[in-house]
Amino acid sequence: MTRKRARLQRIAIGGAAWAVALWVFFPILWMVLTGFKTEPDAISTPPHLIFHPTLSSYREVFARETYWHFALNSVTISVLASIAAILLSIPAAYAMAFLPGRRTRGTLLWMLSTRMLPPVGVLVPIYLLARSTGLLDTRTGLVVIYTLTNLPIMVWMLYTFFREVPVPILEAGRMDGATRWQEITQVLLPLALPGIASTGLLSMILCWNEAFWSLNLTSSAAAPLPTFIASFSSPEGLFFAKLSAASTLAVAPILVFGWLSQKQLVRGLTFGAVK
Amino acid sequence: MDQAARRIPVAAPVGRPSHARRTGGALLLSPAVILLLIWSLVPLAMTLWYSVRRYNLVDPTQVGFAGASNYVYLLTDPDFITALLNTAILVGGVLVITVGLGTLLAVLFDQSFLGRGIARVLVISPFFVMPTVSALLWKNLMLHPIYGVYSAMMRAVGLTPVDWLSRYPLATLVMIVSWEWLPFAILILLTAIQSLDAEQKEAARMDGAGPLAQFRYIILPHLSRAITVVIMIETIFLLAVFAEISVTTAGGPGVASTNLAFLIYSRALLQFDVGGASAGGVVAIVIANIVAAFLLRAVARNLEA
Repeated sequence: MTRKRARLQRIAIGGAAWAVALWVFFPILWMVLTGFKTEPDAISTPPHLIFHPTLSSYREVFARETYWHFALNSVTISVLASIAAILLSIPAAYAMAFLPGRRTRGTLLWMLSTRMLPPVGVLVPIYLLARSTGLLDTRTGLVVIYTLTNLPIMVWMLYTFFREVPVPILEAGRMDGATRWQEITQVLLPLALPGIASTGLLSMILCWNEAFWSLNLTSSAAAPLPTFIASFSSPEGLFFAKLSAASTLAVAPILVFGWLSQKQLVRGLTFGAVK
Repeated sequence: MDQAARRIPVAAPVGRPSHARRTGGALLLSPAVILLLIWSLVPLAMTLWYSVRRYNLVDPTQVGFAGASNYVYLLTDPDFITALLNTAILVGGVLVITVGLGTLLAVLFDQSFLGRGIARVLVISPFFVMPTVSALLWKNLMLHPIYGVYSAMMRAVGLTPVDWLSRYPLATLVMIVSWEWLPFAILILLTAIQSLDAEQKEAARMDGAGPLAQFRYIILPHLSRAITVVIMIETIFLLAVFAEISVTTAGGPGVASTNLAFLIYSRALLQFDVGGASAGGVVAIVIANIVAAFLLRAVARNLEA
């Protein structure tokens, strides 16, 4: 009797959870499906659940909308900003994790506080600085800003990973006469590689999806994908199939990254407060 | 804050690092620190400076010291009051929905059921969708009054479709942004629940605690830290919501869905009023700093354990 009840309960729980999951995921699924429709199919009322799939919207996105231009901007900006931030945060996190001083705690919290500066609070000066230095609508401009905005999160995340590396291993290396450079590159980095990889991944995700500075500082030449997609908000957005195909292409790589690294992301997103 | 800061534990090295090693440490730390110092101080100082200047990008006759007039103009502007109120509704509404629903769903997804791994992946997906895609996805494919799926569903059950974004712009934005942030709450809270000791839950069950009692007296207290962190981090990001508004309503109709971030943007880059926008920027920074002070305390306290 109770076994039967327990089974029913499990089925009910599973049913509820799946209903929620499908409802939450439905818009994304619909977007992917619409990308394979023709424009008339995409705006048919009532919507067609069964349709003849076609790649015509994708072809158009590649051919007419110069999708690759924007995708290349996104890749370049995200990769360069992530590399720059990693290179800056490894030595900083090393110093704070293994050579702590009186000011280490304060420095860590201060770094975090710089991340909390609202971007809109400094929109005016950054816009004017970018304009006067010729960095408006350039990839360099966004790389600099993304590196700096993500730096605090990355230092924190690496710091929490480095703290898990056993100090005696580093000391053993030092006893053997390793220089600081060798200690970091040959002992610490291989040990902390998974942590560094997930830190880099979080940076990629944040850069890829960033939509305040990209919308305000770029228009065409250096525009990454969020700006490109925003251009569909004009009447042109009524090309539902094209919008869906472009959006699917823009979202897919990061969605896969996110799925693969959800566990490690929690640490970075909460500054190590939830593991 | 100082007190909270002092409680963060740092790695305990064997013995104190020697003077030479600490100097080396400062050298390794300095590039990141110097860059962040410049990044956080220079624009801030410029915003403060511009906020007391008369400065319009397209009107060269406006020059000189403005005193407090930019602030007076801003604070007495009804649009500013509306924007503040809208910001509060947007942040508050999304927090209630995502944290409330997120807690319940985290408990639900902690249970074992068929295909749990896949269902979990699906439910956290919207968090990885870029804001401009999320917003247009909802505006066009879901909620469009003629072609949207939701409108079709409403017609199917005999209702008249509603043009959500022009009739209820702010409520609709709360819904869209909640869809983006609910996965974040679930992801963090689920991780936190899974760190709960299974034995503790088992013991409570043995003592005859029902599911509700277990939730109220075991899970909820265990989650309180994680919930605090979720609220703080979401608040920081929600205060800065911009792209979703920009591609859906552009702040309208009128200023019905303009939040503080969008108001400052339109003052700066649509009306070219550098002085006024900077005064707004200072207000935004002050508000964010109040939240940040609480968040820093919570993070510092959490790291101690």
